[in-house]
Amino acid sequence: MRRLLRARTPGDIAFSIGLFLVCGAILFVTLYPIYFVLIASVSDPTAVATGRVWFWPQGVSWFGYEQILDDSRIWTGYRNTLLYTVVGTAVNLLVTLPAAYALSRREFRPRRVLMFFFAFTMFFNGGLIPMYLLLRDLSLLDNWLVFVLPSAVNVYNLIITRAFFENSLPEELYEAATIDGASYGQFFVRMAVPLSMAIISVIGLYYLVQHWNDFFTGLVFVRDYDKQPLQIVLRDILISNQAFSGGAGASGGSGGGSYAQRYADQIKYGVIVVSTLPVIVLYPFLQRYFEKGVMIGSVKG
Amino acid sequence: MTALSPAPARSRPRTGAPVPAARPPRGHGLRRHVRRYWQLWAMAAPAIAFVALFAYVPMYGLQLAFREFDFAAGLSGGDWVGLTYFRQFFDSPQFWTLIRNTVVISVSTLVAGFLAPIALALVVNQVVGRRRKKFLQTATYLPHFISIVVIVGMLQVFLSPSSGLITRVAEMLGASGGNMLGASGFVPVYVLSEVWQHCGWNSIIYLAALASVDPQLYEAARIDGAGRFTIIRHIDLPALVPTMIVLLILNMGNVLNTGFEKIFLMQNPLNLGVSEVIATYVYKIGILSNQFSYGTAIGLFNTLINFTFLVVTNQIAKRVSSTSLW
Repeated sequence: MRRLLRARTPGDIAFSIGLFLVCGAILFVTLYPIYFVLIASVSDPTAVATGRVWFWPQGVSWFGYEQILDDSRIWTGYRNTLLYTVVGTAVNLLVTLPAAYALSRREFRPRRVLMFFFAFTMFFNGGLIPMYLLLRDLSLLDNWLVFVLPSAVNVYNLIITRAFFENSLPEELYEAATIDGASYGQFFVRMAVPLSMAIISVIGLYYLVQHWNDFFTGLVFVRDYDKQPLQIVLRDILISNQAFSGGAGASGGSGGGSYAQRYADQIKYGVIVVSTLPVIVLYPFLQRYFEKGVMIGSVKG
Repeated sequence: MTALSPAPARSRPRTGAPVPAARPPRGHGLRRHVRRYWQLWAMAAPAIAFVALFAYVPMYGLQLAFREFDFAAGLSGGDWVGLTYFRQFFDSPQFWTLIRNTVVISVSTLVAGFLAPIALALVVNQVVGRRRKKFLQTATYLPHFISIVVIVGMLQVFLSPSSGLITRVAEMLGASGGNMLGASGFVPVYVLSEVWQHCGWNSIIYLAALASVDPQLYEAARIDGAGRFTIIRHIDLPALVPTMIVLLILNMGNVLNTGFEKIFLMQNPLNLGVSEVIATYVYKIGILSNQFSYGTAIGLFNTLINFTFLVVTNQIAKRVSSTSLW
């Protein structure tokens, strides 16, 4: 505000006001839909359907959440996704970090060829069908490991991790360690990893979000419903309009404004909140890491 | 080579000369290399193995596009049939529809998704005060982490013709709109929701480029009497050009890579005429109706076009500016 008052010319003042309005509009457009889902999930479904809910919940109703709590599919999906995310991210880190370190050593000549070997897969791939047949041959279809193994290395994450190791670990440190007799492995475990928590959090989070939001794997490679992750369950409820146990989810033939549809919509708002909440709650704490990742990725490599 | 490196890799100074090992390694060539670097090889081995298995073996399976599928032979395929499946695709009645839909969706996403983050970065950069800038930036990239399923679910409840929030706002503003989830609304809804979700995230890198502009430049421009728009036009925008070129090349490599998941989830009988793209068609032909060879051929056609675009754009960028991926 002080800066705004210091603006001298009328042109500057006009610019500041314009900027304020534009930024306000951007914020509103970004955040309001998310806020609306939140208030609609606890409002009286009729009030939401008739357009009386705008900025504040109307006639609080927990019906949607009660239905969700009673639905076993969501909790099975939640459990599966948690398992895939935790195991998957652990495997990702165990594979990506040592490889990134090896590729960051400048005296390691084969690294140029190896980088090409990895980077090429970012731009060219075998496509869906050969992948499907390969997973079939490996008996990974309908196997929970399909959520973990094929995505073990993300080449983009490998590249930013390598860039971090290359630019942030002082060469003198490595020289001092070798004089003390440390091998590459020892240096990696004792020095490189403890000094690289920043990048480990970044790619750990990237991998975590990737697993949490993975929908494709479940859709194409898994038939068994008990193994399906949360995103597939969400698809069935949110998009395919599959009936809830109480029958409230069936959108019926009586059109959008019908009684059943209103309750179905409330369940949808609730499901969106329940599934997205972990990410949104963690977000303020994690966002600086995410951003750091983009920066590291952009430096060089 | 990296995603976003404006400087060619070759120009990097070679610091870190080979460090002499405590004991000079004996033996020659390969023996010596193995003795010295076996630990690095061991560290890289799991990643190499995973990429070889899950990225290169499927590439080997691309030969299926030229062969009959044989259940027993799997990826190696059966009898050689040459370009039969490609011809089948080019002659199929869906061919031009698929190409048109894919190009329309991906080009409009490319253009909007390329320009919006630049505009956003220029606006956010004008905001005075570190914390306010930070808040605006953080808020705008929040949607990036919402899953595609939830995004499409939100679109459906918001655009529902009877009770949707956006439908109602449009009515209040006097637009009748019609069914936004049908054929006419598909492309705009897809593109705008992509921009909504990823604009903030994609602007981070531009903001970083703007943050590194020398403040003396602004000072000098102001003394010379430049207005704020002049400064944006002649200092901020040029500072973004190298980043823009690299991102443009990368995006061009995806020109026929429409987001399968989102389009697939947004498809319904009303909009299938404009929403069926190559990626979703491959899934339906290959996985749902088990025409493995035909599906592979369509997929390969798609990949080759993307790859060509990437290489051509990179070459053009190399000619007209010094920025390129390789």
